[in-house]
Amino acid sequence: MAAANGEESFIHPMDQFVIKPLFGGGEVQLLSITNSTLWMAISVLAITALTVWGTSGRALVPTRVQSVAELLYGFVRQMVEEVAGEGSMKYFPYIFTLFAFILFSNMLGMIPGSFTPTAHIAVTATLALAVFITVTVIGFLRHGTHFLTFFWPKEAPGWLRPVLCVIELISYFVRPVSHSIRLGANMLAGHAVLKVFAGLFAMVIAGGLGPMAVVPLAAMVGLTAFEFLVAFIQAYVFAILTCVYLHDALHMH
Amino acid sequence: MATETAADAAGHAAEAAHGSGGLPQLDFATWPSQIFWLAVAMVVLYYLMSRIALPRISETLEERADAIADDLDKADEFRRRAAEAEKAYEQALADARAKAQAIAAEARAEIQAQVDEALARADAEISARTAESEKRIREIRDEAAAAVVAVATDTAGALIDAILPEAQNAKAVAAAVKARA
Repeated sequence: MAAANGEESFIHPMDQFVIKPLFGGGEVQLLSITNSTLWMAISVLAITALTVWGTSGRALVPTRVQSVAELLYGFVRQMVEEVAGEGSMKYFPYIFTLFAFILFSNMLGMIPGSFTPTAHIAVTATLALAVFITVTVIGFLRHGTHFLTFFWPKEAPGWLRPVLCVIELISYFVRPVSHSIRLGANMLAGHAVLKVFAGLFAMVIAGGLGPMAVVPLAAMVGLTAFEFLVAFIQAYVFAILTCVYLHDALHMH
Repeated sequence: MATETAADAAGHAAEAAHGSGGLPQLDFATWPSQIFWLAVAMVVLYYLMSRIALPRISETLEERADAIADDLDKADEFRRRAAEAEKAYEQALADARAKAQAIAAEARAEIQAQVDEALARADAEISARTAESEKRIREIRDEAAAAVVAVATDTAGALIDAILPEAQNAKAVAAAVKARA
């Protein structure tokens, strides 16, 4: 689409998502270190710096970094306890890892010129599918074949049950789809819209309409603040839905 | 942002090579790499979180909660002791007050007894003196009465002597004065 607009177009909103090898160039191979790899690594390093290095003092009165790490810990722990319910603490490290990774990827993606791994459906689909498989396995391990009654609505009148069962099954298998697309599409759309306004700003300046550039600039400032909110909310939504699915597997409604 | 042009070139090259509709997200050639490195990142992060970070934070929070609970217990103990001390002080104060009242009552009773005794003594003296005075008044009155009889007898005897010297009879005069006294 950028090519179709011709050489002079300023608007390439999708170019920021292009995955390219950092070394050597050419095709992206399985083991290629790409910009996506780099920013995943930066996320992992940042989380490690916060939660491992930041808490190494084990201070009774926490330092600033330590209290941020404790805040994050408390936030996720409370969410797991309240939403996933009894017996869910075993999976707390998993949900914490998910939440921290998505939150840091989203937030680091707000740095101009950086890359957002979570704006890629390959990443969010892998995460969502991993949650789906984990939760389904937990359901069967905990309840055996009894877990299948999760899809059989006992309260409904007899003739409705098969119909509702089909709907339940569909909605269950749609979970990873909505789970992954919600996060990926939000990140994609937000970054793309920011880029569109940035391009518009450049176009207005290049077109000699100087003062008019205030409009896209103001829109960018507002949207940037909004995107920070979305970056947090989407990480939170992903984690809390994981907790909801885990609760279903552990307690079956 | 500065590398955008290079990125553009690479992106367009990739798009041209794979003929995908332009969305880099749907360039499936990059999927194996993304998924592989995501898996590596998640495994590394999960290991670091579950083995090091989370247990450490959990322990730190527990230690802090314990320390706070200990401090609260100690504060409770101190408060209990303070309450005991206050109670003991109140008790001592009440005892002292009762004792003071007892001493005051005793002193008052003693003084009252002394006052009563002094009054009784004074009463007795007064009545003794009154009796003596009455006795002397009676004596004086008797003496005066006797003197009057003697004067009357003498006067009557002198009168009879002057008027009827032959009828002199001292005994009859005394009897007559006595009869008219």
